[in-house]
Amino acid sequence: MSQKRSNGTGNKRPYTIIGTPRPKVDAYGKVTGRALYADDIMLPRMLYGRLLRSPHPHARILSIDTRLAFELPGVLAIITGEDLPQKFGILPSSQDEYALAIDKVRYVGDPIAAVAATDPDTLDEAIRLIAVEYEVLPALMSIDEALAHPETKINGEARIGNIHKAISYEFGNMDAGFAAADYIREDWFYYEGNNHAPMEEHACVAQWEPNPSDSVGGKLTLWSSTQTPHYVHRELSKVLKLPQSHVRVIALNVGGGFGGKSDPFSHEICASELSRRTGRPVKITCTREEVFLIHRGRHPVKMWIKTGVKQDGTLTAMHFRSYLDGGAYGSYGIASTYYTGALQTVTYQLPCYKFEGMRLFTNKPPCGPKRGHGTTQPRYAVEVHLDKIAHDLRIDPAELRQRNLIQPYTYTVNGLRITSCALDECIVKVIERSKWHEFHTAQEPVINDKPHDAHMKRGLGLAASSYICGAGKPIYWNDLPHSAVNIRLDRGGGVTIYSGATDIGQGSTSILAYVVAEVLGIEPEHIHVETSDTTLTPVDLGSYSSRVTFMAGNAAIAAALKLKDQLFAAVAEYLHVPSEQLVAAGGIIFDEADPGHSISFTKAIQTAEARFGALISSGSYTPPEGIHGDYKGAGVGPSPAYSYSTCVAQVEVDTETGEIVVEKLWLAHDIGQSINPLLVAGQVEGGAYMGYGEAVMEQQIFRKGRHKIPSLLDYKLPSTVDTPDIETILVEVPDLEGPFGGKEAGQGPLNPVIPAIANAIFDAVGVRIDEVPITADKVLKALKAAMSGKVATSRPQVSPIEAPSPWPTRLIIWQPHDDSTQSGLIVNGYRNNTQPSIPAKEGTV
Amino acid sequence: MRELITLHVNGERHELAVQPHHSLLEVLREDMGLIGTKHGCELGECGACTVLLDGLPVLSCLTLPIEVQDCEITTIEGIEQNGILHPLQETFAELGAAQCGYCTPGILLSGISLLRDNPHPTHEEMKEALAGNLCRCTGYTKIYEAIDAAAQRSAKEGVR
Repeated sequence: MSQKRSNGTGNKRPYTIIGTPRPKVDAYGKVTGRALYADDIMLPRMLYGRLLRSPHPHARILSIDTRLAFELPGVLAIITGEDLPQKFGILPSSQDEYALAIDKVRYVGDPIAAVAATDPDTLDEAIRLIAVEYEVLPALMSIDEALAHPETKINGEARIGNIHKAISYEFGNMDAGFAAADYIREDWFYYEGNNHAPMEEHACVAQWEPNPSDSVGGKLTLWSSTQTPHYVHRELSKVLKLPQSHVRVIALNVGGGFGGKSDPFSHEICASELSRRTGRPVKITCTREEVFLIHRGRHPVKMWIKTGVKQDGTLTAMHFRSYLDGGAYGSYGIASTYYTGALQTVTYQLPCYKFEGMRLFTNKPPCGPKRGHGTTQPRYAVEVHLDKIAHDLRIDPAELRQRNLIQPYTYTVNGLRITSCALDECIVKVIERSKWHEFHTAQEPVINDKPHDAHMKRGLGLAASSYICGAGKPIYWNDLPHSAVNIRLDRGGGVTIYSGATDIGQGSTSILAYVVAEVLGIEPEHIHVETSDTTLTPVDLGSYSSRVTFMAGNAAIAAALKLKDQLFAAVAEYLHVPSEQLVAAGGIIFDEADPGHSISFTKAIQTAEARFGALISSGSYTPPEGIHGDYKGAGVGPSPAYSYSTCVAQVEVDTETGEIVVEKLWLAHDIGQSINPLLVAGQVEGGAYMGYGEAVMEQQIFRKGRHKIPSLLDYKLPSTVDTPDIETILVEVPDLEGPFGGKEAGQGPLNPVIPAIANAIFDAVGVRIDEVPITADKVLKALKAAMSGKVATSRPQVSPIEAPSPWPTRLIIWQPHDDSTQSGLIVNGYRNNTQPSIPAKEGTV
Repeated sequence: MRELITLHVNGERHELAVQPHHSLLEVLREDMGLIGTKHGCELGECGACTVLLDGLPVLSCLTLPIEVQDCEITTIEGIEQNGILHPLQETFAELGAAQCGYCTPGILLSGISLLRDNPHPTHEEMKEALAGNLCRCTGYTKIYEAIDAAAQRSAKEGVR
């Protein structure tokens, strides 16, 4: 079917705001130093807080002596684990953290005690004076070690040994799929994992205001650099034993998150408790080293893939296995585990698919969500694996992908509903712009912009990907809206939007202003957006899973449409024009048949307010039913829509040193409809940049149980001189359910960059490095091995893991309903949101 | 023990009693309330705390106030004059060069210093000048575009 332009706003005219580049509504505060971040809050009588963290990766705490520290002048409070004995965690199924360790520490950096003092210098001294006696325990620092030593149990949440979670799924007929294949290939990959490294270190200020007449003694306000004030609100209330009505969480400007500020953190809980005990505001700002230690970054993942293909490159079956190094605690890890397997089918058509995933506890900082959450590692593996298959079958890698694309408005074999999809167009655009075919067929180099040394080899690599536009299910089970937006119209013409969504730099505050401005026919400058305050703003689940534009955007449109209805009803009477004939644009409401017959937006508000009373509306968004299968675990992966991206990377490799220079990245992104193309391009460029850093620079190395390089000097983030040129191509095929057809841009564009670079390195020098990051030493080693006659391309660089047999969990077998996958196309969109399934069939291994 | 020092910040003279071991970053933020200067490492690694010292970018986290009493210090708050923004501030906002905005004050100061010395820098020169300022959001692309646009605007309007 045709993917026609969606305009659910009732406006009959072309967009005036949507799709036009304009400054973010909060841009001027950011360029003048006025924008406030959590650490910028300075309150009268404010104390400073800090956490004492474990120097051991795994140890039993025998005793903690805080007496000397407490005697220090200027120290006002010290708390330890027993003061906050309530477990917490972001997922209801992983309640395994204490604000301060009780009995045991599980990674270098695990918090043990928290101190509040009058100044940071006193804090330093107090932290030094806390005496802790440890019994050091064996530390397990890798996936392989965690599997090999089940007797050293790190975290009580693990059911077997150190296995936090194991899952196993089969969709479609695997035997038939592999039997139909002309060629079957298996590969191992390893993704080392990395940190988000937002420029702003995590910070918070807590303020307890005592009130003796209040049954719980007072109220708490926490300003924090968090992406998820709603979840922090819930967890603070739980750990501090305060009703949620007595806790207010406010996120100000957040100086970058990328997933690293999505968990409720120990420092937030401790600052709150220290404030309650001292009756004074307490600020805790993490150091850069602490940001590396509290982590929640990209999981290291070992992956095995076995894929069957026809001679023409058509995929017949895929079996994918992932082993995640989770670090010491759960965090989002169960979701991350599901995500490593959930989206393989969303990019390419797979007639059958088997996925086994396993997350292990290790004595490292806990891993969690980083931009691309759980899908980045498998995307790297799958795209390099497919590149190898294309090479083996002598099919152009772009062509191989195009022969297998998922089709719009269909269901995947694992029951995920696909809406708009412009992946083919993305591939077409990047191969055109990068001169992909010319480069690969030319005898003479087509890209020849500088003198070329003979030992420098150039290559182009391609990869495609998909990403969710918001998680289809909330983190804690409920049937409430995922986003709500309130709008208030002032009789003076001002508009105030209230939304719990947090702007972490992605521009969500601006997006809300744009969509409301478009519906009401006014300029965004008349709109004030009040965000992320759990007392003032309605719940938005948070800035994660690329959900805000889609979900909060739709909620804002819904709220604005209600107000527009009221305005039109009043104006229709006032102008004696049927309301269907009215148009709101350019700050006036007018008769479409006679545009001179109009009233101003402000006058329209007054007319409507006189008739209806104060003009306040609320809109909300809940993802539709029928977007996933009905098996246990089907809740991770479904989304109301998916974005698609394709990247071509151009690299140069020095065959003498192994040095990799990524010269250029072309990135085409299926955005549905840009709300503001400037912001979309910014997200694409930022994602490409971050993917580049992960691919060839950022190393997450541990030595003797410690993060070896927890500083921005040693942990190599791409600077201006490293970062390649990035060319962004926006592909706009509006999604039928997206806000004005829009989809996400925050995370998806990162995913294809890493495999595109890996594939380009192979194209340049003919060696495969099946491990990320791909650094010069690894390339040089592979080149030397290739020259000495060893086969560099299929050498197993990644040590395989022998799969436990049986896999330590029940196998869930689920078959899609025939209609949903056979026809490929579903006419008139998706069939009334009906479930594309027959009841689940569960088997055991 | 605190020491009395004099700092010249954004054209104003300030007498302050500071801890002599505190960095300029700490004194600007904590003692003077100039919170537009940010910090991302406190160890000279990220560039977020960049301020201008007699017009040249320095890392305030590695600078001792006591040593710079004779210098003119400019923070982001001192760039805007009577509510009028510098062309680079305008183009940063217009072209989306500030996403989370946290590195932005430091990058603006490095960029403004570059434009003073070199009104029409090439992208290579921009990369060199900004190599000490990390940004995790933008991929730097929009930052170069903003500097290009500010250079053009300044040429048209005369450098402010």
